[in-house]
Order: sequence, then C-alpha cells, then structure tokens
Amino acid sequence: MSKYLNFIAERNQIRYLVISVIFLIFSFFWIYPLLWVLSASLKTDFEIWGGLGLIPEKLIWENFERAWFGANMGRYFFNTLIITFFSVTIVVITTGMFGYVIGRYSFPGKKILVGILISTIFIPQGYTIIPIFDLLNNLNLSKNLIGLTLATAGHTPVIYILLFAGYFSRIPVELEEAAKMDGAGFIRIFVTIMLPLTKPVVATVSILQVLHAWNDFLLPLVITLANPGIRTLSVGVYAFKGEYFVDWSGMAAASVITILPIIVLFLFMQKYFVEGVQGAVKG
Amino acid sequence: MNRKTLFQQIYDARWCYIFVFPCLVITSLFVLYPIGMSWYFSLLDWTGFTKDAKFIGFQNYIEAVNDEFFWNAFFRSFIFMFGTVPVKIILGFIIAVFLNNQVLKLAPFFRTIIFMPVVTAIAIIGIVMTFVFSPFNGPANKFLMGMNITSGPIDFLGDPNTVLPTVMGVYVWKWLGITMMYWLAALQTVPQDVYDAAKIDGAQGFKLWFHIILPIVLPFAIVIVLVEAVGALNVFPLIETMTAGGPFFSSEVMEVYIFRTAFVTDSGTMPRLGYACAAGVFWGVAVLFITVLQGIWIRKTRRL
Repeated sequence: MSKYLNFIAERNQIRYLVISVIFLIFSFFWIYPLLWVLSASLKTDFEIWGGLGLIPEKLIWENFERAWFGANMGRYFFNTLIITFFSVTIVVITTGMFGYVIGRYSFPGKKILVGILISTIFIPQGYTIIPIFDLLNNLNLSKNLIGLTLATAGHTPVIYILLFAGYFSRIPVELEEAAKMDGAGFIRIFVTIMLPLTKPVVATVSILQVLHAWNDFLLPLVITLANPGIRTLSVGVYAFKGEYFVDWSGMAAASVITILPIIVLFLFMQKYFVEGVQGAVKG
Repeated sequence: MNRKTLFQQIYDARWCYIFVFPCLVITSLFVLYPIGMSWYFSLLDWTGFTKDAKFIGFQNYIEAVNDEFFWNAFFRSFIFMFGTVPVKIILGFIIAVFLNNQVLKLAPFFRTIIFMPVVTAIAIIGIVMTFVFSPFNGPANKFLMGMNITSGPIDFLGDPNTVLPTVMGVYVWKWLGITMMYWLAALQTVPQDVYDAAKIDGAQGFKLWFHIILPIVLPFAIVIVLVEAVGALNVFPLIETMTAGGPFFSSEVMEVYIFRTAFVTDSGTMPRLGYACAAGVFWGVAVLFITVLQGIWIRKTRRL
C-alpha cells in the first residue's frame, strides 16, 4: 500500500514538474516583447535589428537622455504624474463619499441615482469624446492640465462607487450608533470612523485609477491635438513615432520611461491590482 | 407608524445629498452631458472649429448608413469581438485551472508574468508591436525564419489579409491576464469540499469539470462574457497605434472610423464633428442594445 502511495506521489511530482517547465517556456515567450523593448532601449539602432538576443553589447544610456530631453518625454512624464495624482485624489474623495451614502443610507431619489449611474457603465469612450473635447474648449480648460485631469477623473467612476458601496454596507451599524451616542455628526462619523476602515478599498480604487489615468490614450490624444505642451506619456510616444520615426532606440527608451513605473508599482502592490480587477465580476 | 412627509425625509437626508453632489457634478459634466450633446451634435453639419453649425436633421445618419466604410468598420468591430472573446475565455479558463492548483509552487510567479501586459500602457504596446511585427528584421519574422517556419518575411501589418488576425492576437496577449483573474475569482468560489466529495465519488478529469465545477462557475462565466464582449468593442488605442486602421482601411474598426472622420485631416478633407457624432451615436446605441440583451440573458440564467 505505501509503495503504491509513493508511486502516486512521485507521479504527481513529475506531473507538476512537467507543467512548471511548460509554463516557464510559455512565460518566456509571453514576456519576450516587454524584455525586447527594455533591451532595445539600451542598444544601438544597428544592434536592435541585428538579432534576437536580449543582452546589449554596451549599455547606451544616451538613448534615455535623447528621449527625456530631446523628445520632451521629461515634460510628458511630469504631465502624466500630475494628471494621475490629482485624478486619483478627486476620484477617491468623490466616489468614496458617493459610495458611503449609497451603501449605508436610503433617501428619496437614491434608486434613480443608482439607475442612472449603472446605465452609463458600458458607454463606449468613442461616443462621449467629441462633446468632452467641445466642453473643455468652451470652458477654456483645453490648454492646461486642469481640464485633462477633470475629464480623466470623470471617465468611469461607476465600478469604484460599487466597490465603496459594497464595503461600506458591510460595516456593522453598532459602530455608528455608538458614535452617534457620543454626539458625533455625519461628517465626523464618516471621517473618523468609516474612512479608516476602508483603507483596502481606497487602495484598490487608487490603483485602478492610477492604471487608468497613466495608460489612457484616446482622451489625452484628442485633448492635446492642438496643445503638444500638455501631452501625456502615451501620446508623447505616439507623436515621437510620427516625428522621429528612424530613432528606434530613442523610441524604445521613451516606451520604457512610460511603462516601467506602472510595472514596478504592480510588482509591489499586486494584491490590490488583483482585487480591483476581480471586483468587476464579483460585484 | 406615521410616515414622514417627503420634505421631512429629504431634510433628514440632507447630508446624503451633499455627499452625492461632488461625484454627481463630475459624472454629469463628463458622462451625462456628453451623452446628451452627442445626440444634438449628430444633427449638425459642423467642423468643430468654427461656430457656424448648420442644423441638418438626420442627414448625417442617412449619409452614414449609405457609407460603405461605415458598415465595413461596424462589422469589423464585431468580427474583432467574435474572433477574440472566445479565445480569451477558453485560454484564460485553461490557464486559471492550472494556476488555481495549490500544489503548483510557481503559480504566483506565472500569474504575475501573464498579468504583466495588462498593466502596460496600451498605446506603447501598439507602438512596440509595430517593431516586433516589422517585415524588416522584426523579431517575429526573425524567429519564424530562424526556425524555418517561413521562408521569407511576412508583412504582418502591411498585408490586408494578415493585419486583423495579428492585431487580434496582440489584443488577446495584452488582456488575457484580466480574463485569467476573472476565472481565478470564479474558481475560488468553488469550496474545497466539492473537489474532495467529487473525488470520493470517483469523478475525475473531464467529468469533474463538466458536471461539477462548470455549473458552479456558470453565473460568473456569463458576467465574464459580457464584460469581455464590451471590452472587445473598445479597441481604439491598440488599432490606432498599430495600424491607424490601415492598410487601405482593412483594420478600421468603429472607433477608429469615428476618430478619423472627426479629427484626422491629413487627407485634405475637413474634420466633420457632426457626422462623427452621428456615427458615434449609432455605435453607442448598438453596443447598448447588445449589453441589454446580454443583461436579460444574465437575469434569466440567475433565476434558474
């Protein structure tokens, strides 16, 4: 009997070893394009098209210098950083407040509000982009970062609201009642009792919005068509391709400047990325 | 119990309205207002750069439904959807089943790798892929020729026959990590006892998956299909940066068509915001129609 069990265990071990090896090979191919652009950013143009190898002969850091200063990626980096930071702040505060009220209170008009919001979940971006462009022009907000930040924050808050509402609704009522006995008002209960309890949702929503704001393309492309000074990184690299299309290594460096911060953030805060993504189907 | 008057109720909930207000303002400005205005704009003959907009009724719509390029883009969007969503759903499921196994020690590592393209800026992916699939010494062609799979370079993005499958492949690669995460979330709702009980009963492999696990995850599956289907209709950044709809419009999906008629002026034509809005409204309504159909489907299956 024990011989048989040993045989089973051994067979399973071999099976998992085989699966692991297959996945390792698969992973290498999967990640190859990203490794390729990383290595291209440190190669010469000649070397990029020379072979499939990933290790540069000599590290050419000047590629990054050319991209950062010559192609203005430095400026676009800070534009993107500002838009991301402020749109996250706006989104967390406004959807947090909205989700709190929706999750814990009932009041006249609540059902209508929720219904309107839900119905906008699947509106394609291509549908709203032209009026947004026109609106920002009319408000004189299309020439600075304010308009782009607001529009980025306004894009898809519905899923965030649902995440907040779900979490707030599960906090026990007793906590709130005890605070009310002590004479705490609506705002004090929200700020001192409820908000500290929702740190995980704040983290998840922030991560999702960072991902959205940093990587968005259609909106910043349209808004910055006439104002290259407020381009974001994604739009900047796209313009780079149009303007200096022979500078492959510079473009690879510009791409790395754009994608590396988010990849690093993802590696460190993976848990929240996963929770945010899965929240969409769990809800 | 005496019911409070509506006014009393509203007064009691005054803080609720104050809390709702900031988010409502932003949503109104950037979601609700644009939806309404695109209906109005779609009735105008308007370049978008001057104030003189002429009201022309449904002329834009009539022109759109008579435009061959419009319908080509319209149906191409659905080809894109039907070509990518099943692949993502099935492939994502298979990977999730393997990675859900606790015994596989490297599962978290593989999960991270497969998810990596998801967090990478889509526009950058599009641009990098134009290099990867370049017919002039691009890595994809180098690999295929090095392995003797093809004799000469393939112009993946320059040939109208290969461009759409290539873009679809890149799309699946870019977003498969999300599908995998959805499936992992679904599989984690299957309690361990179910596996154990099934094993005692002798259910294994195919039987276990088809008769026991699949019915449990089915409600998730339907939501996943819905989210994936709508996602596959919004592929502007990838296509714009990889091909801009070319060559000869052979990869032009609906959003690229809208963008081209609204903003692209390099072919010497005037931008036509009114016309683009009409195309956008038509498109938005079509997507909404599909969503509602699927929503009804979800409700029906959930009730069963």
